[in-house]
Amino acid sequence: MIRVLFLAQLREQLGAAELQVVAEDVVSIATLKQYLVAGHPHWEQFLSNSKLLVAVNHQYAKADVALKTGDEVAFFPPVTGG
Amino acid sequence: MSFSIAVQTQDFDIGHEYAELVAGDTAAGAVVFFVGRVRDMNHARDVKSMSLEHYPGMTENILQNILDEANSRWELIAAHIVHRVGELQVGDQIVFVGVTSAHREHAFQAAEFLMDFLKTQAPFWKKELTTQGSVWVEENVKDVDASKRW
Repeated sequence: MIRVLFLAQLREQLGAAELQVVAEDVVSIATLKQYLVAGHPHWEQFLSNSKLLVAVNHQYAKADVALKTGDEVAFFPPVTGG
Repeated sequence: MSFSIAVQTQDFDIGHEYAELVAGDTAAGAVVFFVGRVRDMNHARDVKSMSLEHYPGMTENILQNILDEANSRWELIAAHIVHRVGELQVGDQIVFVGVTSAHREHAFQAAEFLMDFLKTQAPFWKKELTTQGSVWVEENVKDVDASKRW
């Protein structure tokens, strides 16, 4: 399984904080997004936002990063701390 | 604590942080620190309080990466980052960055670098409770530009 997290404003927009995806269903961040949108069509407008950031196992990642079982993927909006 | 980070709900005390930064060290001729606070006004919105969320685990990784990067670019003796999360009121302290070095230019530049990268890299999000309801703070283009100069 891959653990998928939605943080901050994105969590409120999607109405979901976390879900599990079977690793065989996705191979990269890009296919994970397609998989999520296929299951929740109304998420597309939020997940297709070009400003959205992605982290895999607590490090920033690009769309072509390969995913494997046990990974933790987080989607979140631009950061605003400090 | 020469190089350390802390993510916490509780407030921090500047006197204590300063004492820790220079404890047992007589080589640091320069100490620079920055404190960020909750403003009462943001984009013409009247802010009453603020909720600060973060991504536990990644936050600590990123802050550590930023400290390591600053330490490789400047001659630092000590550096410490404290960032608060949770519910904060107007006027409350949010973030502390303290840097010591033998010379001031290294300390000044490293402190600015740490804040610029913290603001654009560390996974924290602010939600303001205003007189018009709650509003997620938007990314600030000035912060992004500031981080590009390094």
